[in-house]
Amino acid sequence: MNNHAVQVEDLVKKFGNLVAVDKVSFSVSPGEVFGFLGPNGAGKTTTINILCTLLKPTSGQASIGGYDVVRHQSQVRQSIGLVFQDPSLDERLNALQNLRFHAMVYHMPARLRDERIEQMLRMVELWDKRDSEVRTFSGGMKRRLELARGLLHSPKVLFLDEPTLGLDPQTRKHIWEYILGLREREGTTIFLTTHYMEEADKADRIAIIDQGRLVAMDKPERLKAMVGRDIISVKTADDARAAGEIVERYQTNVRRDNGISFEVSCGEEFLPGFIRDFGTRILSISLRHPSLEDVFLKLTGREIREEEVTDTFKATIRQHGRRTRH
Amino acid sequence: MKELIGAYIIWYRDILRFWHDKTRMIGAVTFPLLFLVVFGSGLSARMGTFAPGVDFTRFMFPGVIGMTVLMTSFSAGVGVVWDREFGFLKEVLVAPISRVTVALGKALGSATIAMVQGVVILLFAPLLGIKLSAGTVLELLALMFLLAISMGSMGILLATRIRSMEAFQAVMQMLLFPMVFLSGVFFAVAELPGWMSLLVKVNPATYGVTPLRQVMLGDMAGAFNIEVLGRVMSIWDSVSVMAVFGAAMILLAMWSFGHQE
Repeated sequence: MNNHAVQVEDLVKKFGNLVAVDKVSFSVSPGEVFGFLGPNGAGKTTTINILCTLLKPTSGQASIGGYDVVRHQSQVRQSIGLVFQDPSLDERLNALQNLRFHAMVYHMPARLRDERIEQMLRMVELWDKRDSEVRTFSGGMKRRLELARGLLHSPKVLFLDEPTLGLDPQTRKHIWEYILGLREREGTTIFLTTHYMEEADKADRIAIIDQGRLVAMDKPERLKAMVGRDIISVKTADDARAAGEIVERYQTNVRRDNGISFEVSCGEEFLPGFIRDFGTRILSISLRHPSLEDVFLKLTGREIREEEVTDTFKATIRQHGRRTRH
Repeated sequence: MKELIGAYIIWYRDILRFWHDKTRMIGAVTFPLLFLVVFGSGLSARMGTFAPGVDFTRFMFPGVIGMTVLMTSFSAGVGVVWDREFGFLKEVLVAPISRVTVALGKALGSATIAMVQGVVILLFAPLLGIKLSAGTVLELLALMFLLAISMGSMGILLATRIRSMEAFQAVMQMLLFPMVFLSGVFFAVAELPGWMSLLVKVNPATYGVTPLRQVMLGDMAGAFNIEVLGRVMSIWDSVSVMAVFGAAMILLAMWSFGHQE
């Protein structure tokens, strides 16, 4: 027994010759929101599938709340909730029936069952739709119902595999409110994969996986600090002279593209003095912190979003769906 | 106990889905009934009697019940493939109930649905002039259940291995029709050419359909008995064959369902 919500040690999963997960180790503390990022095919879903007992690891160990995912499958399954990338509802049944099915296979006591179902359905604002067949639901409603279902049996760890993929911004915002509110109320540990960097930013810690290997793991701000300092872009009346002045004064490299940009450590504190003392007339100035997108690009050599387009047809459709919703 | 509840809820969902799907229910009994009525009245006179006291309808009726049960239960596999395609299978597979339980619940669900449809056909017996005693009906139900659970398990076994809906449907057609045709549903199997007679005897469905006819026709069924390895198969002989086949199928289905990558 240990007190980690999720613990993974030297996890390896091979499919024939393909090594999908290659000696991955990490742990997640109870109550943590843990972001798992990586391009498609990096091994995110394979790792989740091992953690939720859908796949057996080739070697290495993984446990949820101290229960081994191979030896104590039943306890592991009882302690986790899942919201999958692809819908996994019974569309021919209504919302209530889907949740009742779930409550029963998770052995929830009868007196608790109906109360908790109502609570969850109200939380995701589907109580009024409880008697409608799921196939009449929109994509966002289905995802909300899945979230309600994943949380129904009060799991210790909730796995969210791209929980907001293909949803409109408003629904995404709502889903995040439910998720974060839940952590506050029930202390649920959240294990999340996402393509949206602004969502990954909400995580307490982030692990980046590429080609089956863990390439970085830290708090989002530390990861961002790792890739570089803040970026200042200025436009001036005379860029050539300004560039010379910057190099001379701050001993830093400048990049000349559409204006001048250069890196400094603490952008906010740097700017007032810079503007006051600078000799060339400044037309405009901007400060940008490195984003998780930059981290991702630096570590994997790819942009997280463009990856999808080249992937399967399905992913292409999703990407398309998302673009049109933006 | 937990596992029993698990099997029950898997079973219950299948029943619920079936109940919601009225079209499927009606469709599934319309075809065999149409068959009985149209062919019964159209061909009966022309074909005369199959054996003393056994006209076309009387001969066909147990066969059609067998066919309905067989086809319905076998197509349980479709449900599994469907669940996989639409993602619901994942919800079932990560639930804290064993895969063996899931397979069992599925097999029982398909058997129940097949039984319901068989019983609907059975209800038409009086209209077709077939009198059945309560004892006969009970015996028929037991035989129908045996056939249903065996074929249902076979369908589930196949579904654990065949991943796409299209492939499953193709395999189903490939297996189902020969199994139905060569089980004595449509014709007496006693006087067939050698190669066909061999196929009939290795077809497990034969041992599900033959006893149905033997029970329903009683003494008049003598003409339709089959002989395997020099032994005229009694009802119990056929039931034993079917039970062994069914047990093998359900164990294989459970094993295959529980197998993890």
